[in-house]
Amino acid sequence: MARIEVNHIRHSYLPNPQKDSDFALKEVHHTFEDGGAYALLGPSGCGKTTLLNIISGLLHPSHGQLLFNGRDVTNLSTQERNIAQVFQFPVIYDTMTVYDNLAFPLRNRRVPETDVDRKVRETLDMIDLASLAKKKARGLTADQKQKISLGRGLVRSDVNAILFDEPLTVIDPHMKWVLRSQLKQLHRRFGYTMVYVTHDQTEALTFADRVVVMYDGEIVQIGTPAELFERPRHTFVGYFIGSPGMNVLPVSLDGRTATLGAQRIELPGVPKAEAGAVELGIRPEYVRLGREGMAVQVSKVEDVGRHKVVRANLEGREIAAVIGEDDEMPAEPKVRFDPAGINIYAGSWLVEMGA
Amino acid sequence: MDKTWNNKAWFLVLPVLVLVAFSAVIPLMTVVNYSVQDTFGNNVFFWAGTEWFEELLHSDRFWEAMVRNLIFSFIILAIEVPLGIFIALNMPKKGWGVPVCLVLMALPLLVPWNVVGTIWQVFGRNDIGLLGYYVNALGIDYNYVQDPFDAWVTVIVMDVWHWTSLVVLLCYAGLVSIPDAFYQAAKIDGASRWAVFRYIQLPKMQRVLLIAVLLRFMDSFMIYTEPFVVTGGGPGNSTTFLSIDLVKTALGQFDLGPAAAMSLVYFLIILLLSWVFYTVMTNYDAER
Repeated sequence: MARIEVNHIRHSYLPNPQKDSDFALKEVHHTFEDGGAYALLGPSGCGKTTLLNIISGLLHPSHGQLLFNGRDVTNLSTQERNIAQVFQFPVIYDTMTVYDNLAFPLRNRRVPETDVDRKVRETLDMIDLASLAKKKARGLTADQKQKISLGRGLVRSDVNAILFDEPLTVIDPHMKWVLRSQLKQLHRRFGYTMVYVTHDQTEALTFADRVVVMYDGEIVQIGTPAELFERPRHTFVGYFIGSPGMNVLPVSLDGRTATLGAQRIELPGVPKAEAGAVELGIRPEYVRLGREGMAVQVSKVEDVGRHKVVRANLEGREIAAVIGEDDEMPAEPKVRFDPAGINIYAGSWLVEMGA
Repeated sequence: MDKTWNNKAWFLVLPVLVLVAFSAVIPLMTVVNYSVQDTFGNNVFFWAGTEWFEELLHSDRFWEAMVRNLIFSFIILAIEVPLGIFIALNMPKKGWGVPVCLVLMALPLLVPWNVVGTIWQVFGRNDIGLLGYYVNALGIDYNYVQDPFDAWVTVIVMDVWHWTSLVVLLCYAGLVSIPDAFYQAAKIDGASRWAVFRYIQLPKMQRVLLIAVLLRFMDSFMIYTEPFVVTGGGPGNSTTFLSIDLVKTALGQFDLGPAAAMSLVYFLIILLLSWVFYTVMTNYDAER
């Protein structure tokens, strides 16, 4: 297990990158602490798989360094880095049994057969496949195959980190829950450093202690699920996390007050930004619908089960609000913004609030 | 359970039945007709029963041609399959090299068979042939017209030149269908080059290899045109394979009855061997 330092890494798939836009990974500087469970979250093409492949050594970064426990591994091969990786589609060796699949990485490293047997049996118990040890791997279901992929990583005792590249994409929804909780359990019991790439926010938020949100080749925010929800550092995070995402409204700022059209909104503090055009972000969960506040025209109400999502028009802007399943819709609906949920963004980045 | 009977379906398969009847069944039945009778032309037939078959199965000439043909098929499979796999493994997977390689590989397959024969017939001649002349100039006594061994080498090299591409293209198709993740996982698992071949590439190529072996076996077992053009079955009978022997009997000696019997036996052997190949290989596939 290792602490992984990503030291100012940039990567481009082009031979001679010139502009910033030539880089798939603009500049990533981050430390994955030993034993942490991280999720790399972002939309397709944001560079999260690139970052993962750089960590595993399948890609060599154009610039920057990678350190495992302080040791520079940038030029080491995948094999020498000793990491495990689970891919989007299950990779198994069809012709081998489940047992042989797990033994494969050890036998390749010329581990004595008695140790191989002991480790494989331990791993089979860990991933709950002991009963299938003698079966050919090709006949198994997708989730069992993914477990084998995982097991091939776990079987090596000295593995530095386990990397997951959207591992649950091909798994049935009900098995996703099972596998995810098994992963969490493995993490708690054995304390592996795990990095989990996904574009699914639920997956990221339930799996990880810390979520790394990536957007357009950059890390835009690193935080606990709660931090990402309460204080998105970038409007993209607000928009990407949460269902529905954060409302982002263009306002003009004047001290403690933000003006949106004819409406004046009291802020919880004085934002440390120049007066003028900024953006106000508020999650639908903090938009209160009632008989007081700013008048809105409701365009539709979506019942999503535990709550309802109200889509409305405020000063010509679409906003969403979340109300309880049994809440009444007032005849002349008005909204208030809960000050606790108000964030101000300048140039898409969060602005600190002063007293 | 009640079944719905609807005889209209027969009308839909009728065209194909007619086609198959005219292209395969009727000609085959004509051959059956010839095989049990003797004729001297003029549509005069005498019943011969199983005579031609008995004669054939006791004929040394037939068995010699058969053994020759089996050895030939075995040799070309033993060369073309490993060579084809080797070339396919070393072909580029992306970039400008891909179309170049594919076109180069496809070229021999596009040459008509008798032209292939003619090319090699001239190529191997030791007076004017590029190959024959220089091989002799190097001090190696090579003459496919007189030496049976040289004739065999020529015919085999010609077949390898002509048909290895087919194995290459089939294997290549199997190889490019392997997702990158497999190679990446193999790297992470520390697999050697051999292990990657043995546990990833070979299993993925297995199905296409089955087809390649079947096609190459049947084709080589029925080979006629190229050796006929190059050696005419000689020197002596040394490169007289089954089909050449058959044509000699039927058209050279005009022994239609024995030739028909031979065709049928020949046909059954190919059918049987193909079936054996197919069952063995698909069973092997199912067991895994």
